[in-house]
Amino acid sequence: MSAVTTDTAPAAPAPAPTAAPVLEASGVVMRFGGLTAVNDVDLTVRQGEIVGLIGPNGAGKTTFFNCLTGLYVPTEGTVRYRGQVLPPKPHLVTRAGIARTFQNIRLFANMTALENVLVGRHTRTKEGLFSAILRGPGYRRAEAESRERARELLEFCGLGAKADHLARNLPYGEQRKLEIARALASEPGLLLLDEPTAGMNPQETRAAEELVFAIRDLGIAVLVIEHDMKFIFNLCDRTAVLVQGRKIVEGDRETVQNDERVVTAYLGAPLEGTTAAQEDGQ
Amino acid sequence: MTTPESTAAEGTARESATHETSRVLPLPANPALGAVVAGGVLAAASSAMSWTWTADFPGDLTYYGSPAGLQWLALAGGVLTALLALAWRGLRGLRWLNPSGSANGVLFAALGTLAVCWYAVVAIAVELDGLVNLDPGGWLAAVGSLLAVLGALGLPLDRRRAVRHAELHWGLYAALVLSVVLRVGLDQGWALHAVPPGIRPIFTENLWFFVALPAVIAALRLWRLLDGWLRIGRIERPLPAARTLPAWAEILVVTAVFAVGLGMVEFGVSTEYGELFIGFLLLTAFGTAALLASGAVGRLRELTARHRAVTTGAAFAAAGAFPFTQSSETYVLIGTNILIFATVALGLNVVVGLAGLLDLGYVAFLGVGAYAAALVSGSRFSVFRDLHLPFPVAVLIGALAALVFGVVIGAPTLRLRGDYLAIVTLGFGEIFRIAMNNLDGKSGPSLTNGPNGIAAIPDVSLFGFDFGEAHDFGALHLGKNGNYLLLMLVATAVVVTVFARVANSRIGRAWVAIREDETAAEAMGINGFRVKLIAFALGATLAGLAGAVQAHVSGAISPDQYLFSGPTPPNSAFLLAAVILGGMGTISGPLVGAALLFLIPAKLEFLQQYQLLAFGTALVLLMRFRPEGLIASRRQRLEFHEAQLPAQAAPIDDVPTKTGA
Ligand SMILES: Nc1ncnc2c1ncn2[C@@H]1O[C@H](COP(=O)(O)OP(=O)(O)OP(=O)(O)O)[C@@H](O)[C@H]1O
Ligand SMILES: [Mg+2]
Repeated sequence: MSAVTTDTAPAAPAPAPTAAPVLEASGVVMRFGGLTAVNDVDLTVRQGEIVGLIGPNGAGKTTFFNCLTGLYVPTEGTVRYRGQVLPPKPHLVTRAGIARTFQNIRLFANMTALENVLVGRHTRTKEGLFSAILRGPGYRRAEAESRERARELLEFCGLGAKADHLARNLPYGEQRKLEIARALASEPGLLLLDEPTAGMNPQETRAAEELVFAIRDLGIAVLVIEHDMKFIFNLCDRTAVLVQGRKIVEGDRETVQNDERVVTAYLGAPLEGTTAAQEDGQ
Repeated sequence: MTTPESTAAEGTARESATHETSRVLPLPANPALGAVVAGGVLAAASSAMSWTWTADFPGDLTYYGSPAGLQWLALAGGVLTALLALAWRGLRGLRWLNPSGSANGVLFAALGTLAVCWYAVVAIAVELDGLVNLDPGGWLAAVGSLLAVLGALGLPLDRRRAVRHAELHWGLYAALVLSVVLRVGLDQGWALHAVPPGIRPIFTENLWFFVALPAVIAALRLWRLLDGWLRIGRIERPLPAARTLPAWAEILVVTAVFAVGLGMVEFGVSTEYGELFIGFLLLTAFGTAALLASGAVGRLRELTARHRAVTTGAAFAAAGAFPFTQSSETYVLIGTNILIFATVALGLNVVVGLAGLLDLGYVAFLGVGAYAAALVSGSRFSVFRDLHLPFPVAVLIGALAALVFGVVIGAPTLRLRGDYLAIVTLGFGEIFRIAMNNLDGKSGPSLTNGPNGIAAIPDVSLFGFDFGEAHDFGALHLGKNGNYLLLMLVATAVVVTVFARVANSRIGRAWVAIREDETAAEAMGINGFRVKLIAFALGATLAGLAGAVQAHVSGAISPDQYLFSGPTPPNSAFLLAAVILGGMGTISGPLVGAALLFLIPAKLEFLQQYQLLAFGTALVLLMRFRPEGLIASRRQRLEFHEAQLPAQAAPIDDVPTKTGA
């Protein structure tokens, strides 16, 4: 992890369609009373892929994420991670290997950046109450190792100098990066990013792109929600479009950009690698 | 005085949009400083003179040449003021006392001296009827301390540029006038006609209210006027790098500080009359503020952080030395009770401070431990009177019993979010007390001897050391209470160790994460229910352990020791107050908070029915001026420290989404 070279070329070899699926969601439905926020969505993410999820505001993207991570129990449908049906409890999903970030940043505001990442390592460490009280050599070793790994992750996300700063005092862009570092600490096989560049300036967005490529190169599949089309099309091997809870298209850049229904959904505005969706989404 | 003033203070101040360094009174620099020093010296010197001619005032302040009672405080305050002033000026050899270069410390010290001296003078005049009872020493103390404050107001202080107070609501002024009119009217009788006969007693029996209300409103108004005029603020100043001392010297400093601390606690504990204790509180509060502002506390913090083990050792050594320095068994008993209270508060801090669970019935777990241990202690009031288990086993049983109750209460409740835990624990606290009352063989099964409780718990005897007997170690004498204080200190050490180790571990971080944001914590793989149950059960176990020791220390337990709230600690409300006032999530916070919360009501007994009122006022004031608690946690300090970084736009939910790219 320490020596990561970032391969930022958008033309990185696309994984063979036969690569093992990491995530298989089939027929996911989420109803809130009369509102069907997610309607019969199928989505597969394979090993080594970066998949995008776009759609207008209120399309149900975040709700779909919540269904994947056990925050909501889907009304219908199943979610499989590496072939296993996921238990509907957030901490079990994380233990299984799916980590996420939140659209509205949810860091532990009064903990330092390092502590935030250490919390992320919770599932990958075992030390309980008694070993903490007794502080035997095994405990010390595990704790030192955890700190070492956490520092590496902060370094990896470009936060090496901020380890001892309180999360609440970090600038916005760095808070987003810290959320990613914290999610990576759980050693996931699949990372779900909910609008990772929201509120970032173009330089920061560019850096975030490289970070996502670097994460992919670690062998972690990525599913990312974003409104920034340029970001999505630079990054993703495949993109799915949600409109009013339904997945209307899925495919590469051309397929999505040229699809009639997508264009209509975004009120007919052009999609050419611009931020059109953001204006239209409101 | 070798350094020019510009480098002493104004040069290092970081002015900002909100803060400035300026004088309240436009005095020339040197006379102002001279006034402070002279005022401090005068106040200190007055302690060697007679303040009043009669020995009627408590403490006997009539002697020339030897300070007594409140005069000691005037001496300490005056010396501190003068030294801080000289240190601020940069006097060689004193700079360690005011490393921040802020003059605010000087002002606070002067205010503390003023408070003590004027309190004494006013108390003399009031209690002995008239200013004629003042001797020259009293006048000198009053004048000297006033001079010091006036001088300090002429120093360049750290101040806010503007103070915005919301205007007091007009209704409050109306209430003020109305109360005064009513008070007079009720006295003379004519106001009673306006009140229906049925509710007249409500008015006539609560006359104090019509005095207290205007007093509070007037005090609020006065405070705002004063605050608007003084605008005292706080500019965070980075401390200059300390001169490096050899490690042994630093350790010596830490030890010396703890020795002074021990001396101060001892002074506070052994104050024999209320006036002295109030003076002590005033000086301690202002003195602490002064040393915080001057940066001396920050310096000390750097030192203690570097010598953690020495600091902890010194703190325990100071506490352990306490019984040897006391001649009176009563004060040792107070010390023991403070330790019991503090230990339980620290246990509660695991639950409240770390995991953020509101436990309103915490004393019940203390009670469970105490009863379990008392039942197997061999007391003839126990239903198992033939069962006399060794003390360590009894303690273990107490802790285990509390653990069982903790799990039984916690397991169903902690699955729910929100305030259910508070309600259930509140209920459990009451149920426990009532059950202990009723398990007397008449209202219910015979187990606890009902309201009489379990008395005559035999003295502990460990390794042939009988805790019930006085012992002499060479020249050192240790009475029965001293033995138990040391025993309790061991229990405290156990709880402190557990807290320190767990707080900074995987499980401790999980607790804090749950407290900060439960959803995010769960998404990070934390099983919220499980770790909350561990916190709750650990808290209960620690309380049970403390309770088992407490039962043996106090020798008798009864249900009414374990209340939700009451005039004497430990009760659940006081425990929570100790944690919150002291500083949540810290170790020393609840210890300090508990010590104060124990001492204040005990020492304010002379206030009689106004005791709780005064106590409540003190709490409100404390929360107003130091909301983070007396001892801020490392996190809060970091927060404060980093507040100086350029302000950043706060992340707002969802909104920036559309402005990206
Ligand atoms: N817990 C809930 N209860 C009721 N309705 C909900 C709930 N969560 C989401 N919804 C609704 O589901 C719909 C989809 O919301 P969701 O947050 O998933 O949209 P989104 O695609 O993430 O939009 P955005 O781009 O603004 O983040 C919205 O109409 C929302 O109001
Ligand atoms: Mg969303």
